[in-house]
Amino acid sequence: MGNVLFTSAIDGLLIGVIYGLAAMGLTLIFGVMDVINLAHGPLIALGMFGVYLLFTLLGLNPFLAVIIVAGLGLLLGVVIYFVAVNRVIDAPPLSSLLSTFSVNMIIIGIGTAMLSTSSYNVDYSLGTMDLGFFKAPGARIAASLVALLTTALLYLFLYRTRPGKYIRAVANNRISAELMGIPSTRILALAFGIGVMLATVAGGLIATILPINILAGGSYELKSFVIVVLGGLGNPLGALIGGLILGLIEGIVPVFMKTTWVPVIEYVLFVLILLVRPQGILGAKE
Amino acid sequence: MKRIFKPGLLIPVAIIVVLAIWPLFSGNSASSREAMFTLIMSMALASSLNIILGYTGYVSFGHIVFFGIGGYAGFWAITEMGWHILPAALLGGLVAALIAWLLGLAVLRLRGAYFALATIGILEAMKALVINLDFLGGPVGMEMHFSEYKRYGGPMESLWMVYWSMVFLAILVVAVSYFVKTSKFGLGLMAIREDEDAAEVMGVITPRAKTWAYVLSAVFPGIIGVLFFFKNGNIEPGDAFRLHFSIEWIVMIMLGGAGTVLGPVLGGGIYQWLRKTLLTSPIFKDYQLVVAGVMLLLIVLFVPTGIIGWVRARSAKLRRIFE
Repeated sequence: MGNVLFTSAIDGLLIGVIYGLAAMGLTLIFGVMDVINLAHGPLIALGMFGVYLLFTLLGLNPFLAVIIVAGLGLLLGVVIYFVAVNRVIDAPPLSSLLSTFSVNMIIIGIGTAMLSTSSYNVDYSLGTMDLGFFKAPGARIAASLVALLTTALLYLFLYRTRPGKYIRAVANNRISAELMGIPSTRILALAFGIGVMLATVAGGLIATILPINILAGGSYELKSFVIVVLGGLGNPLGALIGGLILGLIEGIVPVFMKTTWVPVIEYVLFVLILLVRPQGILGAKE
Repeated sequence: MKRIFKPGLLIPVAIIVVLAIWPLFSGNSASSREAMFTLIMSMALASSLNIILGYTGYVSFGHIVFFGIGGYAGFWAITEMGWHILPAALLGGLVAALIAWLLGLAVLRLRGAYFALATIGILEAMKALVINLDFLGGPVGMEMHFSEYKRYGGPMESLWMVYWSMVFLAILVVAVSYFVKTSKFGLGLMAIREDEDAAEVMGVITPRAKTWAYVLSAVFPGIIGVLFFFKNGNIEPGDAFRLHFSIEWIVMIMLGGAGTVLGPVLGGGIYQWLRKTLLTSPIFKDYQLVVAGVMLLLIVLFVPTGIIGWVRARSAKLRRIFE
C-alpha cells in the first residue's frame, strides 16, 4: 500500500509540474491585466499540434520542437492581444471574457475543420527510467524537467531583466508605470504573448507523453482554472504549487476511490477556495 | 393594467407569437415546428439569463447548470416516478430555483471575474457529480421508453404539447423580464450593475436582490430543461451540462443587447437563424464555429451594447418603443 501510494504520488507530481506550467500562463495574464484568457485551452491544443506536426512532418525531436513552438506561441499571443484584447482592456470583465472566448471559438472551429476531433499520438519514447524503488517513462521525466526549467527561466526573466521588471511594474500599477515612461501597451502585449507561450509549451510537453486531440486543451484549461485559484490568481509561483497539489490529488485519490470522483473533488475544492479564500492559499497577488 | 399595453412588452411577445404560429401555416409543419422550437427556446433561455447578466451585471458563465439540474429532476420524475410532463416540468423549475437560491447565497458574494469563474466551477462540479450518481444513470444518463408518449395521445401529440408549452413559457419569461425591468426591484438590480457599493448605500438590500435575480433567472431554464429532454427522449451529462451552450446564450444576449427586454429575443432568433443558415451552406458548414467566433468578436469590440442598445442610443423616438 505504501509503495503504491508513493508511486502514484510521484506520478502525480510529474504531471502536476506541467499542469502548473500551463496554469502559469493563465495566471500571468490575469495578474498583469485582469483578463481571464478563455482561449487558454485551444492555445494549449495548438502547442500540442505544433509539436506533433514538427515531429511527424519534419522528424524533429519533440523537445527541440517545443522551443520552436514557444517562439510561435509568443508571436501568436502578441497578435491575439492586439486583435482581441487591447480594445477591451479597460472594459468590464464580460468584454474580455467574451473576446477571448471568441478567439477560442475561432481556433477550435479551424482546428476541428482541419484536424477533425480524432486522437493523434507523438510516437516518441525515451525508454523507462528505473531507480529501483520507482519506475517512470523517460519522456515523462524529461517533460517535467523541461517544465521546471521553463519556470526557472520565467522567474529569471521577470526578476532579472528589464522587460521582466516592466511587466511587474505594469502589473502593480499601470498608470504609475506609464508615468515612469514604460510603454504599457507594448508591455501588456508582451505579457500576453508570454502567457500564451507558456500555454503552448505546456501543450507541447503534454503531447510528448499523452495522446492529443484538438479539444483536449479544454480539460487542461479547466485544470488551469482550479490551479490558478488554488495558488492565488495572478501569482505564478502559486500556480506551480497549485499544479503540484492538483497532480497529487489526481495521483492519490484514485488509490482510494473511483477515478470519476477526482473531478468532483477538484471542482468542489475550486468553488470552496473561491468562496473562502479567493486570494488563494499562498496569499494575494501583489 | 396600463403597464401591459406598452410596446416594450408587446413587441417581443408579438415576435414570439408570430414565430410560434408559423408552423400551422407552412407546408412542412413538423420540420418548421422543430426549427421554431429551437428558436423560441433560445429566446426564452437568453431572456432568463439576461435577468442576472444584463440587469444585475453578474456574468453567470455556467448558467446551463440550471437547465441540466431541472432537466434531470424532471426526467427522473417522469421515468422513475411516472409523473405527467407538466408537474414534472414544474418540479424541474422548482429544483433549479432551490439550488440557485442555495448557491446564490454563497457565490453572489463574489464579484466580476471571480463570480464568472465560480459559475464555471459549479457547472463542472455538478457535471462530474451527476456522472457518479448511479440513480441518475451515471455517465450514460437516462432514456425514456417510447411508450411514455402514449399517455399524451402518441408521439405527434406530445411533440405539439411540448411545443405549445414552450411558447407559453417564452411569453411568460419575456413578461417577467419586462416587469422586472420596469419595477423598483429591477431598478435596484440595475443600480447594482452600475455600482454595487453605491446601490447598497442608497438602500438597495443587495444580497437579497441579487439572490432573487439569480433564482428568477434559474427557474425558467430548469423548466425548459425538462421540456427539452422530454422531447429528446434521453438525457446525459454531456448534453445537460455543456459549457458551450451557456456561452451561446451569452452570445445571443450580446448580439441583441444586454439589459434590454427585446435584445435577448432578437439575439436568440438571429443567432439560431444564422446558425441554421451557416450549417446548411456548403461553404460555411465546416466553419460555422469560426463565423460565430468572428461575429462575437466584432460585436464585443465594436458594438458592445448590441443591436437594441445601439438603436436606443441613437434614436430618442425608438428608445420609447424598445425596452
